Amino acid sequence: MALLRDARLSAAIAAARAARAASRLLRAGGGSTVPGVVARRLDPRVLRALSGRLPRGSAAVTGTNGKTTTARMAGAILREAGIRTVSNFTGANLVTGVTAALVEDSDLAGRPSAEMGLFEVDEASVPRVAAEAELRLLAVLNLFRDQLDRYGELAYTGKVIASAFEHLPPGGGVILNADDPLVASLGRSAPGALYFGVDEPALDTGRLQHVADSKDCPLCGTPLSYSAVYMGHVGVYRCGRCGFGRPEPAYRASRVRLRGVRGATFVLSGPAGEREVRLRLPGLYNVYNALAAAALAGEAGAAMEHIVRGLGAFGGAFGRVERVLAGEREVFLLLIKNPVGFNEILRTFIAGGGARHVLVAINDNDADGRDVSWLWDVDLEMLAEAREEGLLSEMQPIMAGGLRAEDMAVRLKYAGLPVGAVVPGCGEALRRALDATPPGETLYVLPTYTAMLEIRRALSELGYARPFWEDR
Amino acid sequence: MKLTVHHLYADMMNLYGDRGNVLSIKKRCEWRGIPVEVVDVGVGEPVRPTGCDIFLFGGGQDREQALLAGDLAGKKGAELRAIVEDGGVVLGVCGGYQLMGHYYETPEGERLPGVGIFDLYTEPRKPGEGRLIGNILVRVELGGEARELVGFENHGGRTRLGDVEPLGTVLYGHGNNGEDGTEGARRLNAYGTYLHGSLLPKNPWFTDHLILSALRRVDGSFELEPLDDALELRAFEAMAARLRGGGAS
Repeated sequence: MALLRDARLSAAIAAARAARAASRLLRAGGGSTVPGVVARRLDPRVLRALSGRLPRGSAAVTGTNGKTTTARMAGAILREAGIRTVSNFTGANLVTGVTAALVEDSDLAGRPSAEMGLFEVDEASVPRVAAEAELRLLAVLNLFRDQLDRYGELAYTGKVIASAFEHLPPGGGVILNADDPLVASLGRSAPGALYFGVDEPALDTGRLQHVADSKDCPLCGTPLSYSAVYMGHVGVYRCGRCGFGRPEPAYRASRVRLRGVRGATFVLSGPAGEREVRLRLPGLYNVYNALAAAALAGEAGAAMEHIVRGLGAFGGAFGRVERVLAGEREVFLLLIKNPVGFNEILRTFIAGGGARHVLVAINDNDADGRDVSWLWDVDLEMLAEAREEGLLSEMQPIMAGGLRAEDMAVRLKYAGLPVGAVVPGCGEALRRALDATPPGETLYVLPTYTAMLEIRRALSELGYARPFWEDR
Repeated sequence: MKLTVHHLYADMMNLYGDRGNVLSIKKRCEWRGIPVEVVDVGVGEPVRPTGCDIFLFGGGQDREQALLAGDLAGKKGAELRAIVEDGGVVLGVCGGYQLMGHYYETPEGERLPGVGIFDLYTEPRKPGEGRLIGNILVRVELGGEARELVGFENHGGRTRLGDVEPLGTVLYGHGNNGEDGTEGARRLNAYGTYLHGSLLPKNPWFTDHLILSALRRVDGSFELEPLDDALELRAFEAMAARLRGGGAS
């Protein structure tokens, strides 16, 4: 029986390899999930079998924003700690993508070369991955309104994630964002949960942004009272009625200093002590990603020095924040997925000053979210106000591209911002934007997910960047 | 003459870009030099009409819907009914639209009472049925003229009309229930619709219709100055053309 099982596993791995080679040859894309689909068809237990052979088990990251970045940060830390991980890095974050990554990492006999699995997992796929990959650690980053048209509602997404907790080791393994009320409330289903959070009163924006998704108590529905609001509905909060409040974080960031597009520094306190961390990624959202990565890697056995070194050396995840040298110009790609992330980028622009050339590229394919009404929840008025105050006086009219270029243009108009060229499609919009950027200057491109893929392809066709599947 | 926009439950029903609808009314008044004020009306707060008003009632998630139904069951529901009977301008979108009917039944089978402005009710989808999601194009006849509205719909509930006129007929998309070809409802100057996405920015003629209806309650001969709507119409046309062409919705 065992022999038969192994033969089936080997056949599945071999077929998956062939599928991967074929899909690359045909340039059908990154070939990131096809091998997983093929392998699972031949052996539905392939993920269970392969992950069971990882000596340190598997960990996963989920949430609306920052999955890829966090998983990569955790990978960088674990590498410092000498732990070899296998990951599904290219945004292939369903069960097929996780399977594909493990298949690729294993030899034909089904022996993985890595010691530990480290996966980013789509919210809806968490229960299945938790069960099949026998997760030992699961970090939940945040739950923002994003692609509601796929999953219905946030509270439901929270329930789906919580239903995976039963597959994790009792008394530990669940890592939650203390500052996101909905995520923190999932701790009721995970008695041994650990929390991460930010303690930095100076970052209090003083107001719940228009985009706040869950500013009511997730337990009793009463409006929460906040002593600090960091971004969206994330902050330090308490329910006056039922007493639900922000849990005490075991991993915390204090003395957070945001340094524009150049990065951020903060003091990390954890069970193993306190150290300063220097991040090369911008924005508070990346501080949260770093905290989650530190907690995940720390619980997986990394020491404080590994955390500090791994985070300090980390340069950015595919497409999330990416610098590409385009001849004599520099292109900054800043992925936008939802109002909160978009607002953070706008805040970075305002804090940093100098942005002159900006292209926003909005697509509405399934992976972007087909409903673009979220553009109206973005606080573009903040940019208009900054301009009126004389900040950002250098900024040229913002250009709009992508399948929904016109919608973006209307949004800019109603924010009171000057509208630049409106170019449907991404490749053409990028070329026009590059033309409008003088040599020696920087073009900031803010694309949604599939717009980012198209813009990378256009950059690649211009000879400026490699296709993403070579970027591993 | 000042126009007041009463944004009902702005703090809760802020899903699906309702802000776009508020901004659209506000900016189109400001650009014409018409004074405009936006007032948020929360739970437990009374509505205070000034005589020249637009009431916006947006969409929320199920949990919020239940909180609001409780608030509407009291005095506020009666106030809104009186406003509509008096010819006041009301726009309900998605969850707000559902609560303008007799009741909204949640997927758990709980019946949330509505205000009863429209003779309609909303029932949950049956097992096996999906949410009604996607871009939508609707044909609307207002003042004897045929126009179109474009938007995005995303609702699990199926709305069944009784003795009430639909806002329009579905050209592409699902509408009230995905079956009878109707979209939304209207009575006097009250409108309900599933179109968000946001509705008003890309349908400036409808925004202006609401603004003008409100202003004419004070000055029956009021006329609106035309604005340069080139960008808005381009955005409308881009989506309308995609839908008419039968492309991906």
